[in-house]
Amino acid sequence: MADLQLRSRHHLGIEGLTLLEVNALLDKAEEAVAVSRQVEKKRATLRGRTQINLFFENSTRTQSSFEIAGKRLGADVMNMSVATSSVKKGETLIDTAITLNAMRPDIIVVRHAQAGAVHLLARKVDCSVVNAGDGAHEHPTQALLDALTIRRNRGHVEGLTVAICGDVLHSRVARSNILLLSLLGARVRVVAPSTLLPSGIERMGVEVHRGMHSGLRDADVVMCLRLQRERMHGGFVPSTREYFQFFGLDEAKLSLAKPDALVMHPGPMNRGVEIGSAVADGAQSLIREQVEMGVAVRMAVLEALAQHLPNA
Amino acid sequence: MYAGVMTAPPLALVNARLIDPQAGTAVPGGVLVQDGVIAACGTDVTAAGLSEATRLVDCRGDVVAPGLIDIGAFVGEPGAEYRETIATATAAAAAGGVTSILARPDTSPPVDDPAVVDFLLRRARDTGRVRILPCAALTKGLRGEEVAEIGLLLQAGAVAFSEGGRTLRNARVLRRAMLYARDFDALTIHATQDPDLAADGVMNEGELASRLGLPGIPREAEVIALERDMRIVALTGARYHAACVTTAESLKIIARAKEEGLQVTCSTSINHLTLNENDIGDYRTFLKLSPPLRSEDDRLALCEGVATGLVDCIHSDHVPQDVEVKRLPFAEAGAGAIGLETMLSASLRLVTAAHVALPTLLRAMTSRPAEILRLPQGRLAVGAPADLIRFDPDEPYVVDPAALRSRCRNTPFDEARLEGRVKLTLVAGAVAFEAG
Repeated sequence: MADLQLRSRHHLGIEGLTLLEVNALLDKAEEAVAVSRQVEKKRATLRGRTQINLFFENSTRTQSSFEIAGKRLGADVMNMSVATSSVKKGETLIDTAITLNAMRPDIIVVRHAQAGAVHLLARKVDCSVVNAGDGAHEHPTQALLDALTIRRNRGHVEGLTVAICGDVLHSRVARSNILLLSLLGARVRVVAPSTLLPSGIERMGVEVHRGMHSGLRDADVVMCLRLQRERMHGGFVPSTREYFQFFGLDEAKLSLAKPDALVMHPGPMNRGVEIGSAVADGAQSLIREQVEMGVAVRMAVLEALAQHLPNA
Repeated sequence: MYAGVMTAPPLALVNARLIDPQAGTAVPGGVLVQDGVIAACGTDVTAAGLSEATRLVDCRGDVVAPGLIDIGAFVGEPGAEYRETIATATAAAAAGGVTSILARPDTSPPVDDPAVVDFLLRRARDTGRVRILPCAALTKGLRGEEVAEIGLLLQAGAVAFSEGGRTLRNARVLRRAMLYARDFDALTIHATQDPDLAADGVMNEGELASRLGLPGIPREAEVIALERDMRIVALTGARYHAACVTTAESLKIIARAKEEGLQVTCSTSINHLTLNENDIGDYRTFLKLSPPLRSEDDRLALCEGVATGLVDCIHSDHVPQDVEVKRLPFAEAGAGAIGLETMLSASLRLVTAAHVALPTLLRAMTSRPAEILRLPQGRLAVGAPADLIRFDPDEPYVVDPAALRSRCRNTPFDEARLEGRVKLTLVAGAVAFEAG
């Protein structure tokens, strides 16, 4: 694979990455796609290295994606399920970090429910840390896989109009995508009811739309966000049926976008809430491809970080 | 510590730059202290003509001013001695030039019983280096339901009433409590943050919170609560002090209330005057405060308010927090910062930045809180208690958290460059702190 140097030892967010670094990561991920499609998928880049997946929030798909990515690069991957660990018994995040650090891992992949928690942990360990999602802050590998998916289907990201629809307020996927797609030169729109938009979002360089009609018009890409179950009933929107009526992506609303617009969703989907089944499984949907690109992008990130590891 | 001062020998601070915050003047001169009070002060107090027994302190041109009166600090006792004690809080205060501390009532048990007021005063007498003024609970158990024994608490020695950092949800309870307090001419100090609007917010709402992915607290949480309180002040005629205003909009409300003749005053914290939300940076939990740090525009408006006197007081908002509650993800971390020891030097940043003149700045931490709390100290006047400080406002230093005297180290001025170190602190004429 091509040579790639990241400036940081950690991969904590899209914020702080340069356009050069992003393009290099995407190029490297393209190579990883090819590797993953071969019969012999194993590489030796991370041979002898230990990767710990530390997930304070359950996420089957992201955790398995990181696990497969690490294993394809030859790392020994350990999954730490927090539900059965001492963290549930009151051990603090920092104590957990210090304990794991003493086991001399090379890379720790962390998912945590609180914004900034992964940064906090990264300051306390000697190895590289990858952010697999921290609260409503960032989920950088998700944004990278989305960008890769778009690039492979359109050849470029620059100049495209991308509509990010749904619960932007609580979404780390939205934040990382806003940063990344803007960096790559896309025109980014957020489309949501006002109760699901963060304050000051317009100053992040996005167009704000409160309805799907204006938000989806002539869009090249429509990206749906998951609406958490606990936010569906009265807290932020009155009901799922009302939400689907106005913001659920069905065929009628999709027809407002460009005829060949790409449909994406970070998963897991709430069918009939933010997206209708006909669209989710339709010809324009790239949702399965996104999952494949997830493994490739994570391989690229892990490999790039490996260059910072001692004795590399 | 300031009990047996009647026997202390006279002490003269000469060759000083005397700052009289009430008059707003800075003149060369000296202060003669005898029997715990200021016996003489002015240009005519010099080294000449003093009695043999008088201890002479040549101030070499340093500032001598009344000691600071901090109208809002948490001193740990009773119930949170692992975070702070009166001994450690007053040691920090003395080193920082604070000679009177209004102690918050949200302790465990809360200060809602005359016996707890008495306990605080006795602990202060036995272990404190500076004066502790108990602020008692406005409602029983700080539950926000029934009015506390305001009369008995006053008799025991409480000087004001508040709910600590909490804001009463129930306007009827606040109305009753203030109506009752008015009959005793008691001062109500109230935090103004609507708990429902603030909800689970952890920093100022806006672009920065959105970028960090942290839930925000809108300025309106403060503005709405403050506006409501102004109506209740008008309704009851009580004396009211807004505990910590943080937004430019709040100042407009205070200005209007003062114009209408309501007995309203307000404080802001040293943190809100010298820091803003950007200082949170990469999720620095030492900057997590309640109310939260606001924008630079708000900070500048507060500085302007201090200069015009619209902001009556500056308080330390001293909230010691154990390292364990600060070494957590930002949203889970405890709020608050220590401030007693650094309040004076941090506030001098406002002078350096030319926002406010030194006498005006000191007024907000001396004579103005004294007027509001109806205390005899905080003034440079013959007969006033000799609570005095000497400091060089230009002496630079770097804040070393390990050297701070508070039991906790959660200072937002960690490693900050500040100017103005206290060299001598007198409480009732006795030395409470002297730089080594």
